[in-house]
Amino acid sequence: MKKLLALILCLALVACLFAACGGEGGSESDFKVGVVLVGDENEGYTLAHINGIKEAAKNLGLDETDNFVWKYAIGEDETCKTAIEDCIDQGCTLIFTNSYGHQDYAQLVAEQKPDIQIVAMTGDKAKASGLANFHNAFTEIYEARFAAGVVAGMKIAELEEQGKLTAKNYDADGKVRVGYVGAYPYAEVVSGYTAFFLGIKSIYENVSMEVLYTSSWFDITAEKAAAEQMIGDGCVIIGQHADSTGAPSACEAALNAGTTVFSVGYNIDMLTAAPNAALTSPTNEWGVYYTYAIGAAMNGEEIATNWAEGFDKDAVALTPLGPNVAAGTQEKVDEVIAALKAGTLHPFDQSYFTVGGEVVEEAFATDTDGDWVNDADNAMFDGYYHESYFQSAPSFGLRIDGGLLVRAGPVSIPAKSIQKGRPVWRTTKSSMRSNCEISRNGSVRSSPTITSLWISARARFSRCSEKTAPARPR
Amino acid sequence: MIRISKRSGISGWLAVLIRVIAVLLALVLCLLLTLLFTGKNPLRVLTEMVGGSFGTTKRLWEFLQRTMLLACIAVGLAPAFKMHFWNVGAEGQMLMGGLGALILMKFAWKLPSLPLLILMALLAIVFGAIWGMIPGFFKAKWNANETLFTLMMNYIAIQIVLYFCTIWEGTLGTVKIGIMNGTSSQPSYHKGWIGEMFTGSFNDNDYMWLVLIVLVVVVAMWAYLRYTKQGYEISVVGDSENTARYAGIRVNRVYVRSMAISGGVCGFAGFLAVSAVSRTLSESTADGRGFTAIIIAWLAHTNPFLMVVFSALYTFMELAGKQMSSAFRLNDYYAKILTGIVLFFVLGCEFFANYKVKISRKPKGGALK
Repeated sequence: MKKLLALILCLALVACLFAACGGEGGSESDFKVGVVLVGDENEGYTLAHINGIKEAAKNLGLDETDNFVWKYAIGEDETCKTAIEDCIDQGCTLIFTNSYGHQDYAQLVAEQKPDIQIVAMTGDKAKASGLANFHNAFTEIYEARFAAGVVAGMKIAELEEQGKLTAKNYDADGKVRVGYVGAYPYAEVVSGYTAFFLGIKSIYENVSMEVLYTSSWFDITAEKAAAEQMIGDGCVIIGQHADSTGAPSACEAALNAGTTVFSVGYNIDMLTAAPNAALTSPTNEWGVYYTYAIGAAMNGEEIATNWAEGFDKDAVALTPLGPNVAAGTQEKVDEVIAALKAGTLHPFDQSYFTVGGEVVEEAFATDTDGDWVNDADNAMFDGYYHESYFQSAPSFGLRIDGGLLVRAGPVSIPAKSIQKGRPVWRTTKSSMRSNCEISRNGSVRSSPTITSLWISARARFSRCSEKTAPARPR
Repeated sequence: MIRISKRSGISGWLAVLIRVIAVLLALVLCLLLTLLFTGKNPLRVLTEMVGGSFGTTKRLWEFLQRTMLLACIAVGLAPAFKMHFWNVGAEGQMLMGGLGALILMKFAWKLPSLPLLILMALLAIVFGAIWGMIPGFFKAKWNANETLFTLMMNYIAIQIVLYFCTIWEGTLGTVKIGIMNGTSSQPSYHKGWIGEMFTGSFNDNDYMWLVLIVLVVVVAMWAYLRYTKQGYEISVVGDSENTARYAGIRVNRVYVRSMAISGGVCGFAGFLAVSAVSRTLSESTADGRGFTAIIIAWLAHTNPFLMVVFSALYTFMELAGKQMSSAFRLNDYYAKILTGIVLFFVLGCEFFANYKVKISRKPKGGALK
């Protein structure tokens, strides 16, 4: 026993020797920022935020350790409130939460502590809350998706020119098939795939796009299965609004096996996952916002209640183009981005699309009474839909004409998602929503597909079918 | 030459010493690992670990809240474990209890506060008890394997909770009920919430009621197991079912009754979690605590007081790990590794508590060759 005690004491002594080398480089400022993250750096979405904050720290001369309190893997429940309050206890005067589900708890704390600035990233309730210290922010990612659509459109045009498309790649109307892996039927996803689809159409008109929902933001298996299903259908491009590399790697495998199919990813450069099949990925450059918000808070300036910027502030981007993009793509993309920056090109231009055969004259962006139907703020003016204009989170929820087919995709339930609480009937609910269309004034009518008929028997699962749902519940 | 022999008995002093040493060794290993991976000052590491649980008033209450809630579930497992009925269904029983409490919170908030809280607790106990009695009944009637049965009941309970999360969704598409009775403009504001003892408000910083209520449960369970006839029956059934039968104990009845009590207490823990802590219900209300409590109950040898001690230790490690991962920019998995190390040592020391290990010199001459 004595020996053991001696050993412990020895270890403690040795440990103390290391004490001297514990010095850290500090920063000048004593400004403290709390960062409440839904995941950690192993998850692409959170990693993008972490990198953005690091970039902001560098730009503003703050120390990543001294000036920040990092909270990882904070769930969307009361632990979020605890985490925010703990950050405040540690001296933070500016707090970021990066998940939609954190928003309600962020708002609770914002109500109680009016002198603490709180930003709920991707949230949508700041404006309605009327709190001066509560903010939302999102990028105008639809611009980058439109540009990614241009890359895909160039590729389709090239494939057709080279005669590489087979009969399987055309649908019954003779349109080239494109696939899209979506997460949930939220406005954010609808806005994203519509921008992507319109981007393709701006180059190559004769396409139809199939959207499959996986009912998860991050589910490699389900995203892969959805991509494989659409590749089997004959899609030549697979786009995505989900966070994993599942779809790009499915495209890579199919391409290497001799099928003509290419991938447009999201958030991260997919060239490591799909060196041949990846064309590009639209990404968010969160660093732009974090630099702005932290800088403003440090200088005691007001932070915008709703912040949304796109290419003109470099808040969104395309990752480097893959080796297999069509000739001349870079020049075309540069031209499109320049036009988006200059404001001469708008992805949701009134002349680009119709709903129910008619040009859309009025489309609301804000839900004022909490029934999930947008009823205020007509964003369709000056000839285009002003996305992210009234609130930072995407609000474009129209289902446009011309070859868009939306349905629920294959869903796998891995252990983690059970734990995270994605119920099995989620699919049912999603597909019900996705089979309902929103007419121009925001009222809902169901499209008579077999799925929706089957599902209508379960109508009590849902109050509203699809309406403009919140932006990014993660 | 190492000789291992079973100890015939162990003095209380030695038993405590072995466990203390195990915890200390685990802490030293944690410190060394942290030192190795981060190169941080070990004193600072230690400060952060302790600070994670006791650094601020808020953290201290958080520590107490987590400890007592975990202890309450573990105590619920005590009667089942004592009769060697391996109830691994605490997670589900707790969730069902939480559901019972939430239903009244949602639909009966017009009642005056105290009757509402009492009814919520009762319904939670009934829900939990039913969830526990089902496997107990099947065990008694058809000798169904209780471990598998209770385990599977967890998943049914989780799905039932998710069903209600879906139909009572607070914000569309989130599959979350949201904070129940938390809107200040509604008449239901703060109804069915257990508030704070010292300030009388609801700011989440003071969990004194929760601590006291669980202490009462702990003492009651200890007394029940030790001094009542039913408690005696439980221990006889646990030692030998046949003996119990020959002694005239109705074993089947003991199974069902004890499982009702076990599930009921776990359901009560669900009520506390909903009413005093989260004020909502989701599958993360239980947050795996139903499973952690199994280890706690096992370590404590069905002694309710020891359960509080082990819950405190576990919670300390959990919060210390979280604080370390936050302070030293390690991710959340690191906290789990540290908790794992401590549990490994504490479970491992059971071996030394039960067996004697003697190291003697090798016999000369190589007779074994």
